[in-house]
Amino acid sequence: MEHTVHQTHDHYDPEASKIGMWLFIFTELLLFGGLFVIYSVYRFLNPEAFHLAAEELNRAIGTINTIILLVSSATIAMATSAIQKNNKRQTLLLMLVTVLLALTFLVNKYFEWGAKFGHGIFPGSEHMIQTMSKGEILFFGLYFIMTGLHALHIIIGMAFIIFVMVLTARGKIHSERFALLENSGLYWHLVDVIWIFLFPLFYLIH
Amino acid sequence: MEKEKHHIVAFPTYLWVLVGLIILTFLSVGITSIELGELTVAGALVIASVKTLLVLTYFMHLKFDKPYIRIMVGFVFAVFLVVIIITFFDYYYR
Amino acid sequence: MQAATPIPTDVSYLEYKGKYKGIFSWIFSTDHKRIALLYLYSMMVMFLVGVLLGLAMKLELIAPGKTIMEAKDYNAVFTVHGVIMIFMIVVPGLPAVFGNFLLPIMIGAKDVAFPKLNLLSWYIYVLGALLVIASVLFGNGTPDTGWTFYAPYSFKTGTNLLPAIFGAFVLGFSSILTGLNFIVTIHRMRAPGMTWTKMPLFPWTLYGTGWIQLLATPVVGITLVLVSLERIFGIGVFDPALGGDPILYQHLFWIYSHPAVYIMILPAMGAISEIIPTFAQKHVFGYRAIVASTLAIAFVGYFVWGHHMFTAGMSGTAQYTFSLLTFLVAIPSAIKVFNWISTMHQGSIRLETPFYWAASFIFVFMIGGLSGLVLGSLATDVYVHDTAFVVAHFHFIVFGGVGFAFFGAIHYWFPKMFGRMYDKGLANTGWIVFFIGFLALYAPMFYLGMKGMPRRYYDYLPEFHAANILSTLGSWVMAFGLVIILINLFRSAKHGPKADKNPWNGKTLEWTVPSPPPVENFAETPVYGEKDGPYEYQ
Repeated sequence: MEHTVHQTHDHYDPEASKIGMWLFIFTELLLFGGLFVIYSVYRFLNPEAFHLAAEELNRAIGTINTIILLVSSATIAMATSAIQKNNKRQTLLLMLVTVLLALTFLVNKYFEWGAKFGHGIFPGSEHMIQTMSKGEILFFGLYFIMTGLHALHIIIGMAFIIFVMVLTARGKIHSERFALLENSGLYWHLVDVIWIFLFPLFYLIH
Repeated sequence: MEKEKHHIVAFPTYLWVLVGLIILTFLSVGITSIELGELTVAGALVIASVKTLLVLTYFMHLKFDKPYIRIMVGFVFAVFLVVIIITFFDYYYR
Repeated sequence: MQAATPIPTDVSYLEYKGKYKGIFSWIFSTDHKRIALLYLYSMMVMFLVGVLLGLAMKLELIAPGKTIMEAKDYNAVFTVHGVIMIFMIVVPGLPAVFGNFLLPIMIGAKDVAFPKLNLLSWYIYVLGALLVIASVLFGNGTPDTGWTFYAPYSFKTGTNLLPAIFGAFVLGFSSILTGLNFIVTIHRMRAPGMTWTKMPLFPWTLYGTGWIQLLATPVVGITLVLVSLERIFGIGVFDPALGGDPILYQHLFWIYSHPAVYIMILPAMGAISEIIPTFAQKHVFGYRAIVASTLAIAFVGYFVWGHHMFTAGMSGTAQYTFSLLTFLVAIPSAIKVFNWISTMHQGSIRLETPFYWAASFIFVFMIGGLSGLVLGSLATDVYVHDTAFVVAHFHFIVFGGVGFAFFGAIHYWFPKMFGRMYDKGLANTGWIVFFIGFLALYAPMFYLGMKGMPRRYYDYLPEFHAANILSTLGSWVMAFGLVIILINLFRSAKHGPKADKNPWNGKTLEWTVPSPPPVENFAETPVYGEKDGPYEYQ
């Protein structure tokens, strides 16, 4: 996108890229928003079952993952400050930390999902249909969809940040021209914000 | 084309915000471990909202951006809230 | 990465030789004007398919019982007709064609904010269209759920629904990117001195539409993803057998699909708001009121989705609320009609083709809107819900509204887009034939609906025969009018007499540049002074 603006116009407009990114973030918020509507309706209709099902989730892993994402958000935000001070090494380092934290998050998620699958808890499983109430099936259906979609966004965010890292390393992104880095940060914070809501809604039902 | 001034946020600001976010995370784990009935969900959601506000304001630079972006963000969250409320006009009264 | 040669200002966008040759100079072009024409041609193809399906349905209904197809085929035909017409024609229609072509010129910019993204959204549009076509051509059975993909039937039916659902999702993505692009363009690229209140009305409606595209489309996106997951994994979110609530599907579907009506109609209203003052040769009446009503429609229109579900089993409170909100949205629509009429009042009206379309737009839009009030009030809705009355209502709004505005817009901006003028006599003939056909086709459906003929059936009781014959005859007359219009336009685009740069004496910026416009639109960027307004730039 940045290149396009450069080629067809004689100016570079970081403000336009930023609004563009924000508008895209709005669509992402409404995408998850639809799921939050579904979640709240079904939780309202099945309070007991949601409570029961949530016991199956591991609070400790949830908390650790929350903190991982919060730290990664802080590091990518710091990267934006570092590039403005033209400190390329520090910028790249902070972005690398962000990506590694994201990877850790995904590894945790993998083991978490794996454990559920091991217990016969996955969409469409016979075990669930036979042993669980309808509310619990809904809970796990939503759990897999929402955390799965969130994990997909983590992967997209990681790819985005790695792409920006390459551009930074090549010197295409620098203290005068860093809108893309800022946008990758904005996207990453969005992923964080979604998780900030997913965490209490799935792990902290008591 | 006027040159847009860009505010550089100092590292300590981010770190303090991060500390705040982590404290709030533990707080929400704590508050949901005690039996508060209906208030548990409300408490967890209030804390999540405060955390979101912190992320939006500092990490996402809304504090340092022009006001119209803040207005847009507020508008979008408000629209979403109204959608939830109207949906519950159906489910709550059914 | 700078272009090697500067882009000339005296060569039109149609003749400019860029980096690529032949067809590639179109499908690789990031010029908003060429992208607009790409959309125009691809939509034209899909539109003709949709029209043929519509004609097939009307032919089936010319007599009770089986006429040309089985009940199953009829279900497939109305489904594909709906999916094509809604997701590929009326939702992207005016924004993607006229918005792309005119928005940058009307606000004094060289292009949209993200030209490559703009081209990408056309590719995504084509991909979505191909997916829908694939669902028709391959697999066992054409989708038969109706364009609404209602749960639980949408994951029970054995037909090849997945590609169609995914196609609708992809088309939504294209629509989001267009809306995003327009909002950023309007925020950042208005000509120096053009403040918000100096922006013409068509860009204003695109701004309102852009916001609805951004905020509503993702909701249907996720809903369609869930239906797909339901089909693939049996995840249970909308399946009553697994605890899901099908009515919740309807909520989410209409949270998008009702605002989608406003995505369609707002730019249509914008085009009408440009055409009427030009041909009344008078200032638009109540510029600020029209802007405010545009934003009000966009905003309130977001919260009225439940009026599609009055008989679905919602709570009484929800029904009252949605009914009330629905009546509210009628107010800004009425403000607009009032303003258009007031603009004509004491104007000096030039009877040209675009004006005929605009005037007939107001007529059919009024009928469509007022019949909407019948559907918006609870008691009468229960009576006519899911009858031909509803079909008549939304065809008056969606086809009568958006379609008439589209044809009005193309007759208005045609000389600008192609640099040539069409045969006005033929254009007027096309309009009157189309208009008569339209009324004969859809007006009987109001009557049929009131008499109790349900929608979406290939058969009907004998007493509905006469009105159905009239309706089918109307469909033929309308199709004939359409043929006249299209032949005239296609021939004129190549062979019509050269058009002046301002044949209608229009007041907006697009009429200050040559027809067809040069690649970068303006030789010199226009600058708005203190005294200039949206319709008085000097």
